[in-house]
This record gives sequence, C-alpha cells and structure tokens, in this order.
Amino acid sequence: MLSLKDINAWYGLSHVVQGISLDVRPGEVAAILGRNGAGKTTLLRTIMGLIDRRSGIVEFDGTDIMQMPIHERYHRGLAYVPEDRRIVPGLSVRENLRLGFVGLRAKAEEEAVIAEACETFPRLRQRLDQEGVTLSGGEQQMLAIARALVAKPRMILLDEPSEGIMPVLIDEMYELFKRWKQQGLSVILVEQDVERALEVADRAYIVDQGRIIFAGTAKMLLNDREMQERYCSV
Amino acid sequence: MDLLLTQLATGLALGSIYVIVGLGLSLIFGMLHVVNFAHGAFFMVGGYVGVFVFAKTGNFWFSLVAVPLVVGVIGMAVERVLIRPLYGRNIDDPLLLTFGLSYIFVEVIRITFGLEGIPFGTPRELRGAVDIGVGFIPLYRIFLVALTAAILIALWLFLEKTSYGLIVRAGARDPEIVRVLGIDISRVWLFVFGLGTGIAGLAGFLSAPIQSVNPDMGVPVLAEAFVVTVVGGMGSLVGSVVAGLLVGVVVSITSLFAPDMARVSIFILMAVVLLVRPQGLFGRKGAMG
Ligand SMILES: Nc1ncnc2c1ncn2[C@@H]1O[C@H](COP(=O)(O)OP(=O)(O)O)[C@@H](O)[C@H]1O
Ligand SMILES: [Mg+2]
Repeated sequence: MLSLKDINAWYGLSHVVQGISLDVRPGEVAAILGRNGAGKTTLLRTIMGLIDRRSGIVEFDGTDIMQMPIHERYHRGLAYVPEDRRIVPGLSVRENLRLGFVGLRAKAEEEAVIAEACETFPRLRQRLDQEGVTLSGGEQQMLAIARALVAKPRMILLDEPSEGIMPVLIDEMYELFKRWKQQGLSVILVEQDVERALEVADRAYIVDQGRIIFAGTAKMLLNDREMQERYCSV
Repeated sequence: MDLLLTQLATGLALGSIYVIVGLGLSLIFGMLHVVNFAHGAFFMVGGYVGVFVFAKTGNFWFSLVAVPLVVGVIGMAVERVLIRPLYGRNIDDPLLLTFGLSYIFVEVIRITFGLEGIPFGTPRELRGAVDIGVGFIPLYRIFLVALTAAILIALWLFLEKTSYGLIVRAGARDPEIVRVLGIDISRVWLFVFGLGTGIAGLAGFLSAPIQSVNPDMGVPVLAEAFVVTVVGGMGSLVGSVVAGLLVGVVVSITSLFAPDMARVSIFILMAVVLLVRPQGLFGRKGAMG
C-alpha cells in the first residue's frame, strides 16, 4: 500500500528525518512512536509533500508520489490529519466538511456527506452551523478526521489524534479506528500515548533522532517495557 | 445644507471607484499575500482598453463587459508567468516585480497611444442629471453607485454561496490544508489575480468619463487604493467597501471647503485610523471576509 524508501528531510541545514524506510500493508495500522522532537510529524509532512527539502521514494499503490503536486495525493486516496487539526477559521463546521469534497473530481452529494459525517461523529450534528474553531479540542479533532474521510481515502495519516483531548472522546475515537480495520482502511498512527496506540496497531515503529530504532509487531513492543520507557516517554 | 448633501452623494460615487479598486487590491493581498504595486497600471490599462473597444464598437455596454475580461486575462498571464515563480520567497520580491511592471505598462501605453490623454465623453445613455431631492447629480454618478452595489452583491454571492468561493475563503486563511484536501490552489491564485486586476481595469474604464484617459492616471489611484486597504484593514473585503466610501466622501467634502486639501485629506484620514486602530477598521491578521 505505502512503501517508504530512504526518506530524508531537512529544515534548513538540520537533517531531521534521516533515511527512514518502512512498509504499510493494505488494512494495516502502523503506529509510529517516539519522543517529542524525534521527527514523526516531519515524516508525515514529507510523505504529504509539505517539506521542501526532502529525498527518497514514497510509493503509494506502486507509484512514486514524491514529486507529485501536493493535492494529487488526496485524489489518489491518501488523506492526512495534521497535528494541529487545521480547522479553517471563519468557516462553519459544515463548510469545513464541504472543503473535504469541493476539490474532488467526482462531486459528492453535500447532504449525504454531511449525514455520514454526523453518523460517525454525532457530536458534530448540533454544531454544523457553528464556526469550526469554536468547537472544543476533541470536537475539532473529530471534525478534522471527518473532513479527511469525505474523500473515502484508502489510507489515512493521523498525527497525535488523542493529544489534549478528554478521555471519553479518545475512547470514541479509538472505537472508530478499530472499525476502520474491519473496513480495510490503512492507517499510520503517530501517537504519544503508547498503550493506546498499541491497542489498535498491527506494527509499531519507534523513531529517535530521525531514524527508526525499533520495528516490529505491536505485540513485540507491548512486551518490551524497556524499549517503551527508554524511547517513548515524553 | 443641500450643497453638503449633494457633495456627499458625489463622494459616494467617487468612493465607488475607490471601493472597486481597493477590493481588487485587498482580494489579491488577502489570498496571495502579494502587494500588487501594478494595480494602478491595470486600472490605467483598463481605461485604454475600454476607450479602444468603444471606439471600435461604439457600444458602451459591450465595452463594459470586455474591459474586465481583457484586463483579467492580462492579469492572469502576469500571475502565471511572472509572479508564480516568486511564491514562497520574501514578500518584497513580488512587490518589486509588480512595481517594475507598472513602469513597463505605462511605457508601453505611452509608446502606443502617446503621452496626451484621450478624452472620453459620458456615454449617451448615461448623460443628464437626476434630482435626488436635495439637488441634481449627474446620472452617471448614480450609475457608478448602482454598478458598484451590483458588483458587491455578485462578489458576496460568489464568495459565500459557491464552492469556488468557499475555496477562496479557505485558501486565504490556510492554503496548506486546502492543498492537503485535494485542491490545486495555484489555479485559485491565478483566478483571484485575474479577478482583482480585471475589476481594477473596469474601474479604470468607469473613471474615463470623469477624467481623461492618460498614461499616468493609475499613479494617484494606486496611492488611493492603498489608503483604502490600509484604512479598511489589509485583506478585509468589508473593510475595503466601508473605507472606499469613506475616502470618497472625505475627498469630496474636503474639496467643498478646502479644495487644496482634498488630495492630502485621505492621507490624514489614514494617519488618524492607523493611530487609533493600527490593523485598520476591519483588519484581522490574514483575514478575509
Ligand atoms: N518548522 C521547523 N523549522 C525548523 N525546525 C523544525 C521545524 N519543525 C520541527 N523542527 C525540528 O525538527 C525536529 C523534529 O520535529 P517534529 O517532526 O515536529 O518531531 P515530533 O513530531 O516527533 O515531535 C525537532 O528537533 C524540531 O525542533
Ligand atoms: Mg509531532
């Protein structure tokens, strides 16, 4: 599904992602863990083409998408929910959702899309006409995920979805991730909360100083307390 | 008192031109973060295109439609070829580029049409004056206000009610997420630059019956358009409308009492607004709406 080969990324002279390679199979949830500043966000942004200085190969469904215009990735079924959620200020919840499909070549039916989003996240229903940025952190996260789902992606990149969110909402979100697995949606899940992430993940990677220092099944990492404590505590 | 009121009405008509010019400048800045120093030159080119098309066709209404289209296409070519390579660079780069471009436009017009201005009479259908209760004002000025109102309504409907307008509003706030969501924002920038310059050209043609069309007519307009966007708040469309009308009224009232002060008055207005509200009347950072 997604295959990264020797990915590098730089901010100016600082070499932040240093030769990362990994594969995510269809329907698989890959957790990417590691301390703050390890380079996880930069890795996701590199996959999306948002870091200017980058190298390596990003194969999505067999095609190298590294040099493709940013927006093309979405059309191919690759969605991304950034760390800061990026709910657009000045736009209502409904308009933020509409933004998820106005760029699609096949036009979606607005009402059907909104209804589906509200079914997945019932909390959004009452708030459709409210400005998106006035929602609570957890609701904004749900809106950001709902917006990315509009295109019916085949793979979704999530950057710390549980950060700063009430535990009840985190539970709700992780229930959804489990349902995705049944639907065959592939996920890269970047998380601080190791236990949560390993609950849904098939495979786990630990990134430290821009390199992968652990790759294995989620179960392997779950049993490796030392690894968890050394590289994943905040 | 009646004199003051008719002057007020004249100010609103004059302000209409400022509103249109300022809107274009504000749209371009709000969306592309390009300070378009060639805005006055596009205004001037619009005047010439209009006079030229009118001379060929003799149809004012046709010219009115042709001008924004022709100037908008020129604007799109400029964005595509000259400005696009500068995105992501320092904000000064497109500013210097458009500054230089304005001189090129003026020279090309001088070489083609000569240094002398070309007078342009009010179109026959719009001659005469109308009694507005407190005095007579020229029909053409009423037409200007009405046309500006129509443009504003059309722009508002476009921005608020269409999908493309949604993309424009979102793109002004957060171009990155717009791209991530599958939208080719470079096409939106192209369109917005064409729209902004196209309506600047329209304003140039509309002002032809008020002043003659000449190669330097864009220079004061550029300064006035900047005053409008600064007073209204950079990137705020509502701000452009209110500030444009305000500037028009200030100029026309000042010219009643102290004609020498008319040109300076708008800069005094700008200074006062900046002292009280540095972000402008409706300014928010990176805002649009
Ligand atoms: N825009 C930026 N400019 C310069 N350095 C950055 C920028 N963003 C992140 N960094 C640096 O790159 C490194 C990796 O950051 P990041 O990818 O955000 O890590 P993580 O998501 O794992 O916390 C950090 O050292 C961080 O300080
Ligand atoms: Mg991060």
